[in-house]
Amino acid sequence: MEIKIRLNGRPVSDRVEPDTLLIDFLRDHGCLSVKRGCETSNCGLCTVFMDDKPILSCSMLAARADGHSITTLEGLQDEAADFVGFIADQGADQCGFCNPGFVMNTIALLRENPDPTDDDIRAFLAGNLCRCSGYEGQLRGIRNYLNQRKERLNGRQDV
Amino acid sequence: MLTIQNYVRAQSLEQAYELNQKKSSRIIGGMMWLKMQNNTVNTAIDLCDLGLDTIEETEDAFSIGAMVTLRALEQHPGLNTYTQGAVKRAMESIVGVQFRNMATVGGSIFGRFGFSDVLTVFLAMDTEVEMFHAGRIPLEQFAEMPQDRDILVRLIVKKKPGRFAYESMRSTRTDLPTLTCAASVMDGEHRVVLGARPMRAMVLRDEEGLLREGISLTSAHTFAVWAAEHTPTDSNVRGSAAYRTRLARVLTERAILELGGLEQGEMEDGN
Repeated sequence: MEIKIRLNGRPVSDRVEPDTLLIDFLRDHGCLSVKRGCETSNCGLCTVFMDDKPILSCSMLAARADGHSITTLEGLQDEAADFVGFIADQGADQCGFCNPGFVMNTIALLRENPDPTDDDIRAFLAGNLCRCSGYEGQLRGIRNYLNQRKERLNGRQDV
Repeated sequence: MLTIQNYVRAQSLEQAYELNQKKSSRIIGGMMWLKMQNNTVNTAIDLCDLGLDTIEETEDAFSIGAMVTLRALEQHPGLNTYTQGAVKRAMESIVGVQFRNMATVGGSIFGRFGFSDVLTVFLAMDTEVEMFHAGRIPLEQFAEMPQDRDILVRLIVKKKPGRFAYESMRSTRTDLPTLTCAASVMDGEHRVVLGARPMRAMVLRDEEGLLREGISLTSAHTFAVWAAEHTPTDSNVRGSAAYRTRLARVLTERAILELGGLEQGEMEDGN
């Protein structure tokens, strides 16, 4: 069967099998940021946006994505660049394998809630597993980014 | 590994029902659980084009389409105002946001999974399921029925005035629950629902009138002891039957106290 999706803003169509998973379709189309992790819908490594909502591409049929807009980290470089440096500054991405999923879900969080508390961050990112860091580094990185952004905005208002 | 030979986006419930009469066909909801099965599906029937992904609220009821996601339930202001946040609390520990953006209420309820937070919380309300063929059935009755080839179309939650509370115990955040517990009082009727026993959730009503005189620290404790004694439990990798029975008492007591606007006091036996 043939599906047509909007992938990172570009129309893409291709033939898929009925049981082709979205993760395989995306990786076959060059989106290698989308990682295969647990394959049991638990780890968040394969997070992409479908119509701007974060989902797990390992558990979504490519056929179901037909007609929808899919965004991967490849399509969000500018938005991600804003805060990934803050995560790196904390040494939070040790092996880095979970990082694309973490970044995608953090973008989803900040779009939905631009000023989250630490508990909001923990709750939203609970579905992203990291076996290296213990999560505190990521939390500190996001908090530092938010504090810096707040200071920047306050500075603008002072001017 | 899941193998699917044909994928059909149903254009009507009639078409979906007809296709689903073959044993090798499967309705796909969020597909979270189905995907982990070692199974061959001849025809996967997707309901995503049938407009069943909305929650409609009227003066008397909520009508929740089978394809509504758990995240939509978690974020629905009307549902959470009505249940004082119990629905949100039931959803928010289910894996992560991405999972809840995919898992559907229809898949969760139709599966009648033992571990289901979703089944537990809706059993505490006055809920019916609307099946395409069998029509409307009280959720409590549906929960005990074996799976068949019918299609769950929507849930109907009648807005009977009441108070609701939700508790669960997990070994770790995002894990499957070791025990789930929802409590409610509607029109003076107290009920507690205990799930993940690990069997599917069951409803207990205050048959002994232990809460008839109102909720106090003592009556909540007495009712919780009674509820735990009348709740069959079993053992699995997440906990022993004895542990679950203890949890049943503790979570019931907490939930009932929450209904009464009270906080848990010191437990008499020091545990």
